Amino acid sequence: MNVVQISENTLVVLFEQAINLDIFKQVTAVTSAIEQPLSDYIIDIVPSYASIHILFDLHKIASGEFLEMVKAATLNASVQTASTPSQNIVDIPVYYGPEVGLDLDFISSSSGLSPDEVIKLHSNNIYDVYAMGFAPGFAYLGTVDERIAMPRKETPRKHIPAGSLGIADQQTAIYPSDSPGGWQIIGRTPEVLVDYKNEEPTKVKTGDQVRFVPISKDQYLELGGAL
Amino acid sequence: MSLQIINPGFLTQVQDYGRYGLQKYGITNSGPMDEHAFLWANQLLGNEFNAAQLEICMGGFAARFELDAVISVCGAEGNITINHQKIEMWKSIAVKAGDEIRVDAFSSGLYAYLAIKGGFTVEHHLHSAATVMREKLGGLNHDGQKLANKERVLYRECCYDFSMRIPPEFKPEYGGKVEIRFIPNYSETGCSESVIQAFSEQEFIVTPEINRMGYRLKGEAIHSDSKGIISQGISVGAIQLPKDGQPIVLMKDRQTIGGYPQIGCVAYLDLAKLSQSTPGSKVSFMPVKVGAIESELRTYLSFFNVSYSIRA
Repeated sequence: MNVVQISENTLVVLFEQAINLDIFKQVTAVTSAIEQPLSDYIIDIVPSYASIHILFDLHKIASGEFLEMVKAATLNASVQTASTPSQNIVDIPVYYGPEVGLDLDFISSSSGLSPDEVIKLHSNNIYDVYAMGFAPGFAYLGTVDERIAMPRKETPRKHIPAGSLGIADQQTAIYPSDSPGGWQIIGRTPEVLVDYKNEEPTKVKTGDQVRFVPISKDQYLELGGAL
Repeated sequence: MSLQIINPGFLTQVQDYGRYGLQKYGITNSGPMDEHAFLWANQLLGNEFNAAQLEICMGGFAARFELDAVISVCGAEGNITINHQKIEMWKSIAVKAGDEIRVDAFSSGLYAYLAIKGGFTVEHHLHSAATVMREKLGGLNHDGQKLANKERVLYRECCYDFSMRIPPEFKPEYGGKVEIRFIPNYSETGCSESVIQAFSEQEFIVTPEINRMGYRLKGEAIHSDSKGIISQGISVGAIQLPKDGQPIVLMKDRQTIGGYPQIGCVAYLDLAKLSQSTPGSKVSFMPVKVGAIESELRTYLSFFNVSYSIRA
């Protein structure tokens, strides 16, 4: 682990640069050791797969002093990794039907599995939110079973409807709003994942866990889903 | 009562200092592209640093004041008139109900700021008035849209009490060749010394692919061994090196995380100059040590009384 100052008012904590759950657990442990205790100085903090990006308030503290505080907190966190905060599990209903699972057939034929097997492999899993970005509320979830891991589409779609659930390699994510995108789409949720009226504007955040709950077409429509 | 838009021009948006503390949800900071001009526009009126203004991109703007007001216009240079009389920029000016302001196409620079004493009254959307089109966030109608013809931007009537002009030594000049300082990033997710050297030694051209998210530059392609990095949070001013070897400088509306290796980060106070650089402008980058410029930024934040307690 290494703490680097990359601009006048930004530090990054860099972990071993790899995508795996062990490293990510360190990221979440260190994030909680920094975020609250040093909240007086932090303007923005962005944990991601193997790093924590921190914009701090130069008005209140000099970089050298802040860097020492962050280093001390990271050491402290490494000592007590056992006491990682309890994780929030978020259930998200998903309709994996052919009308909304635009690439379900493609995934099925490329993997040699039936659509039902693909859906089962995707939904019988608890995913970790490794990062948020790309768009408000867009959560990068891992890890997708390798049997249904799919590369992004060669030509991205110009329009993907809000709520669409996609796969890219061993990651999966929901597009929170209408957007262009290249992920392979396997279903859609009727839930609203970003609401600017809420104090916490997104339904999930980095460090949470997510479970996809398959629902029928009727349930999807009842919950307000659009076809 | 309000400012009534007669012609919104190419792109005029409501902006305040920006939206902080929400980057972890994937929500960008936004805020004025030329922060220096924005802060002076408020300063000249005795406004709070964060008071909402109109950011006018490329000019072509016209509007009518429905109440007496005191205004200031800072940033890109151009012909700006009140009732067809040219006015001075970087200065507080009294206007009367019924007066019409016109901002012609700029002669140099890309962004100008129209501030009003007391600030425009724009209800915050997630703690800020800043407009982000891509995120459908902020602005007059909380949908991220730019200003449209006939829209009204509210403000409170104000009478003239004092006049202030920017001290000439602080007034920037836009246009011409731009020299930008940057803090090299030698970390694991940064670049090698040879890449940073190749970047520092050449002159780039600002391409037409520039917007509030980022400025794409063109030069001799810089080849890096890095295949990309694991996505991490990105700062305003971060200089990314995509596979094609042509750097991109990230601006106020950037995405919150990114997976390109970073050559470094533009000195915060030099971002204003870069944001005013039109396509075709020449720009070069000079490496500096972060320790040498930190106090300059602190002095600037103190001078304008910037306080991040506005964060969520």
